[in-house]
Amino acid sequence: MRNPLSKKITDIEPSGIRKFFDIVSEMKDAISLGVGEPDFDTPWRIREEGIYSLEQGRTFYTSNAGLRELKEEICKYQKRKIQVDYVPEREVIVTVGGSEAIDIAFRTMLDAGDEVLIPQPSYVSYLPCAVMADGVPVVIPLQQKNEFKLTAEELEAAITPRTKILVLPFPNNPTGSIMTREELEPIAEIVKKYDLYVLSDEIYSELTYGRQHASIASFPGMKERTLVINGFSKGFAMTGWRLGYVCGPAGILSQMLKLHQYAIMCAPTNSQYAAVEGLRHCEGDVRMMREAYNQRRRYLMHELRRMRMECFEPYGAFYIFPCIKEFGMSSEEFAERFLAEEKVAVVPGTAFGESGEGHIRISYAYSLDDLKVAVGRLGRFVDRLRSER
Amino acid sequence: MRKQILNYLEKNSRIDLAELAVLLDTDEVTIANEVAAMEREKIICGYHTLIDWEKAGVELVNALIEVRVTPQRNRGFDRIAERIYNYPEVTAVYLISGGYDLLVTLEGKTLQEVAGFVSDKLSTLEDVLSTATYFILKKYKDHGTILTRKTKSERMLVTP
Repeated sequence: MRNPLSKKITDIEPSGIRKFFDIVSEMKDAISLGVGEPDFDTPWRIREEGIYSLEQGRTFYTSNAGLRELKEEICKYQKRKIQVDYVPEREVIVTVGGSEAIDIAFRTMLDAGDEVLIPQPSYVSYLPCAVMADGVPVVIPLQQKNEFKLTAEELEAAITPRTKILVLPFPNNPTGSIMTREELEPIAEIVKKYDLYVLSDEIYSELTYGRQHASIASFPGMKERTLVINGFSKGFAMTGWRLGYVCGPAGILSQMLKLHQYAIMCAPTNSQYAAVEGLRHCEGDVRMMREAYNQRRRYLMHELRRMRMECFEPYGAFYIFPCIKEFGMSSEEFAERFLAEEKVAVVPGTAFGESGEGHIRISYAYSLDDLKVAVGRLGRFVDRLRSER
Repeated sequence: MRKQILNYLEKNSRIDLAELAVLLDTDEVTIANEVAAMEREKIICGYHTLIDWEKAGVELVNALIEVRVTPQRNRGFDRIAERIYNYPEVTAVYLISGGYDLLVTLEGKTLQEVAGFVSDKLSTLEDVLSTATYFILKKYKDHGTILTRKTKSERMLVTP
């Protein structure tokens, strides 16, 4: 029989996280710090609106780009949050999670051989999506000494005549790093100087602590070369509703809409109605969740300092990214031994790119009680490793 | 800072003050001083425990009683409210807007005990015009806490 598979897909590595998930799920009574989604239920107001929309029989397709009310609310929200004006009719598409937006953005903007700059450690899907779009992913390894932020020098050094898109994944999964306005400014200058486009993945924008989220799209001359990707999964605790969106220049979005239309049709109607309610009325719920994450973040940082584990203080998302180099083993070895000996799952930093080596991702999307148990085991494990050496 | 401390204590009054200091990004002395000051000022009025007595196997009868009263010259409802809230079996007394005046909540061991209190003590107060008693059949949520919540998480163990 002929090989049914394309070389493009078989050449793509399965996600490093997947491998780890398989080990964990076979282990009985393991506890986990490995989850990349909120522990909160979706705010009841939103869930109730979802139920109501079903009762009302709103079970048909919406227009391809999304419900008009939702697009309007998204534009108002962006104006409020990042001070950028988008036109609901032309400059926003509602997608099936932020993930779909990443995929169709690359497929719309890349020709074979176009290079995409991907700072790592970062979310696992940029690289394969770029490859599937015939682009050439070029990794920028971020450095611990810069708290895994992208610097202007690193960016400029990676640019070639084929460079077309820069991915900006901040607030960052897995490092928890954010980039402030001051830090984004030189990046924006280089992007303009070399005539690049930016895919700014701002899915964690609601989750920054003591520092304001800033979008590169808000700098002069940047709106027309930036796609802002966001969604409801993280800030509104709506992962399973699969709802995201992309805002950007009409010229790019009108072409992306073709792909979205042919591949997806429209984002789930039910989720769209629920999200309208979220944007209109759930700012308080989002604030409550943010404050809870912040308390857990402080608790974890405090405990890590007590254990004398090296970790820079992260101000975004719900991850910390401690350094485990002192133990003389790879991230993967550390994570596997921690799981085997203490039954706690964390994700090795290398699951998010080679430059994550020497680190582990700890998620604090868990209750304080759960964190306490896990931290107790981490302390015991770290003590044991130190006494072995 | 006070509001943040209160927000936390309202949900969990047993938290260790050193731990609360970490969560709120301050030091333990500050927290201890603020809590002590708020206790003195009666901002913090007590530390109670929310108990599901039914699960504990203890039978208790709870009732809500609407009370219509004649307010007194110069004292309004305060005097009559005091006469009612001084009974230890009364757990709360509120002055209410609408069709009646006072809402009284009551806890007793048996139906008879509660009914007896209403007919012997409450109805016979001279300013009380009428009462209507409602017995609580099941508590779903109390003091902001859902009592029947399932706790098992359905999240996968590891996700990107």
